[in-house]
Amino acid sequence: MNQIIEKATVLFAGDSGDGMQLTGFQFTNTSALHGNDLSTFPDFPAEIRAPIGTVAGVSGFKINFGSVEINTPGGKVDTLVAMNAAAFIKFRADLKPQGIIIANINGFDKRNLRLAGLNETRDLISEAKNSGFQVIEIEITKLTREALKESGLGTKERDRSKNMFTLGLVYWLYNRDIEPSLQFLKDKFKSKPDLLDANIKVLKTGYHFGETIELFSNRFTVNKASLAAGSYRNITGNEATAIGLIAASMQAHLDLYYAGYPITPASDILHELSNRKNYGVRSFQAEDEIAAIGAAIGASFAGSLGVTASSGPGIALKTEALGLAFMLETPLVVINVQRGGPSTGLPTKTEQSDLFQAIYGRNGEAPIPVIAARSPKDCFAVAFEACRIAIEHMTPVILLSDGYIANGSEPWRFPKADQLQEIQPNYPNIEEAYLPYERDAKLVRSWAIPGTAGHEHRLGGLEKEEPTGNVSYEPENHQKMVLTRAAKVDEIANHIPSQEIDSGPESGDVLIVGWGSTYGAIRTAVQNMNKQGISVSHLHIRYLFPFPKDLEKHLLNFKTVIVPELNNGQLVKIIREKFLIDAIPLNKIKGLPFLSAEIEDAVQEQLKG
Amino acid sequence: METTSLLKPKDFATDQDVRWCPGCGDYSILKQVQTVMPELGIPRENIVFISGIGCSSRFPYYMNTFGMHSIHGRAAPIASGLKMMRKDLSVWIITGDGDSLSIGGNHLIHLLRRNLDVNILLFNNEIYGLTKGQFSPTSEVGKNTKSSPWGTVDHPFNPAALALGADASFFARGLDRDTKGLRDILLRAHAHKGTSLVEIYQNCNVFNDGAFAPYSEKSSRQQSSLLLEEGMPLTYGEDTQKEALYIKNMKVFSAPLESISKEDLWIHDSKDPMKAHLLSRLFDPYSEKALPRPFGVFYQEERLVYEEEMDKQLHTAVESKGVGDLDSLLQGKNHWTIS
Repeated sequence: MNQIIEKATVLFAGDSGDGMQLTGFQFTNTSALHGNDLSTFPDFPAEIRAPIGTVAGVSGFKINFGSVEINTPGGKVDTLVAMNAAAFIKFRADLKPQGIIIANINGFDKRNLRLAGLNETRDLISEAKNSGFQVIEIEITKLTREALKESGLGTKERDRSKNMFTLGLVYWLYNRDIEPSLQFLKDKFKSKPDLLDANIKVLKTGYHFGETIELFSNRFTVNKASLAAGSYRNITGNEATAIGLIAASMQAHLDLYYAGYPITPASDILHELSNRKNYGVRSFQAEDEIAAIGAAIGASFAGSLGVTASSGPGIALKTEALGLAFMLETPLVVINVQRGGPSTGLPTKTEQSDLFQAIYGRNGEAPIPVIAARSPKDCFAVAFEACRIAIEHMTPVILLSDGYIANGSEPWRFPKADQLQEIQPNYPNIEEAYLPYERDAKLVRSWAIPGTAGHEHRLGGLEKEEPTGNVSYEPENHQKMVLTRAAKVDEIANHIPSQEIDSGPESGDVLIVGWGSTYGAIRTAVQNMNKQGISVSHLHIRYLFPFPKDLEKHLLNFKTVIVPELNNGQLVKIIREKFLIDAIPLNKIKGLPFLSAEIEDAVQEQLKG
Repeated sequence: METTSLLKPKDFATDQDVRWCPGCGDYSILKQVQTVMPELGIPRENIVFISGIGCSSRFPYYMNTFGMHSIHGRAAPIASGLKMMRKDLSVWIITGDGDSLSIGGNHLIHLLRRNLDVNILLFNNEIYGLTKGQFSPTSEVGKNTKSSPWGTVDHPFNPAALALGADASFFARGLDRDTKGLRDILLRAHAHKGTSLVEIYQNCNVFNDGAFAPYSEKSSRQQSSLLLEEGMPLTYGEDTQKEALYIKNMKVFSAPLESISKEDLWIHDSKDPMKAHLLSRLFDPYSEKALPRPFGVFYQEERLVYEEEMDKQLHTAVESKGVGDLDSLLQGKNHWTIS
């Protein structure tokens, strides 16, 4: 029976070496091309090859897709693909009652039970059935080997194709077209025809297996979503960030220079930009985090757009140089793809605990603009905006992303190049004498580029006097300069969009104030509650420093303000301090994003009290 | 553009008062650099001085070019980013023994291996001057300072050996008071395509006075220093009793010049990496019996220059993929349209 459903959540889970990320990514791409709205969440171990078969080594990829608006990777899962016992153990609590488990029973034998830390006598399949789940037992490993019996490939190579069986089967279950994946395989294995044939064969075998064997009581169709008219692509946060940087550099007519040091989960930005040399992007893998930001500052001094990215520990190392860029008043974009901290923390897990670091984490009085992306596609707009502010206001800017949106993906209605705004660097008149610290009405100094005769000047980290830039230790001058630099950054609030309510009424009982990657979960929760007639609204802050000028007005329009964050309460403290309101924190610090249900529960709790 | 031929040393001076201590070796180095600059034939606006932190790092304030006085140890990466984007500029890094051999040590070795076409002037005074007299990574063992009242137990760096170990493509050693030698080295460092590391022995007359006296004082310098001249034998000592160096079984020996046969003499060849390594090991603490300390260009090698290779990759990418089009970047490989 074919059942039409609004949305579904599928979780592909297996050992790190089982290719679940690729499987999930293929399913995502196909669903996006099919026209679904969607959101994804990869969840993988920090170790490249964690001990095989263990719970620690399980790699998962979750996708929520629908014909309706999708804002999160979903809560409870409709279909769990478990390639081994460890994957089943790790994720079984995430399944909906009566949810479907596609179990590769070759991965549930005694050895796999032992590796998963279980007693060898456990019968997980029966346990699952007794809990009311629909368990589809398939010998995926064995069927894959048999399908490739005549391929000439060794067992190890044959086994590596088993994720394609899974993909084919789930395509069948959700009525997806296999063509996009066939195309992908043709590109990927262009030069390896034997592997290409094997993967295609197994993908088709999985699909036909679903068709032939009557294991499933239902097949599902998720129709196209009614997305706004336009052209779409699927995009991850890190990709969108990289593209946003390139677009901004082109709109500012500047060369883009990107310096980074490998760190999870920011490295994909380095990878993406390293492959964009034909866009004039110069990428530099530095010897350390400090060198990366130093080189980016040097590139900005050269008259280019200097950018560096890292995650919390790396940002900590960049802090002193960030202060230099602030003092020089030179454009610079610093991206923090946040992860669980402190110290090395949880490298592959998500968190929002670097907000204080971004806003306050420097020696001396060094306010730096901070803006945050709320979803994978939003990384494009926010990266572009970070560059605009950095260039037009001659300041370093910190962009906060996090592991959840950096690796997650969603469909993006991408703009045309001619729809993007121009960015205007503040160059001095080359005919006139140059004073490095002469300011315009926005308190912005002008940007003289080496090679301009008559504009030779020296910058430095020492306190200076206006407008010459000469070193000055005068007491009155220092106070004046500290206040001027702060006023310059505050002035940015006059050059950003006004703060809007995202959903819900303009005033009322409860306002949920979020920032960054909690956007989807809060939006879904608020929409659900509004449908139930509960007065609750959602405001999401992109500009965290300085705040939009009309933020306060909105906050005062509600009786209660709740601030959900993936940290121990950071934005909430800033809001309480700045606006003197009794904002209520809602904190989750588990390395995982909020589920919309958790936010709904918190609001209900508040309304009861 | 300025007519460079009309520039004079004073055109490279700024209106800032020079604030080093009276008698500091930095004055002499500043003067030599300002003297050499007009001879390079480069317009002032195409010259950039980048420094870190320390006494020497005040240098850019006194040069009427583009410049940056940055943060401790980080001049090398800042200059690297600058040079990668602007290979048309002549980039000079001003640093000291604390700045680039201690806090910025990592950046120094990586800059040397990458070989960007920049010049590093490392003012080595074997002490921390700006912080008022602590031992540095080049101070001799046992040095008594405010932070080592019992004498240091730190083994010092040998900057020449360190540079060659990091595959520096140019290393030279100069002395603040030897203006002629310094001038030659600066001109050769500029002419060298690649990273030129110039170590300059610089006397800190307040906290480490006389550290290089054996090489600068008339009474001892001929005996204790060895001037490297291309194609010439390595000789030193009073004119009346010249000594010469020779290599036997990979070891260096000294003997009276006339006692060594012509074919056994060590002739200076800055292109020879093995000889350069031996020169770098002539680093004995000064004593009557020690071999002399070499001054001049130790080593010079032509090899790939980082920013040029980086540029080539960009050109190759454009040749094979075409100039990047923003619309095709935005739409990506797979996209679909909803009407």
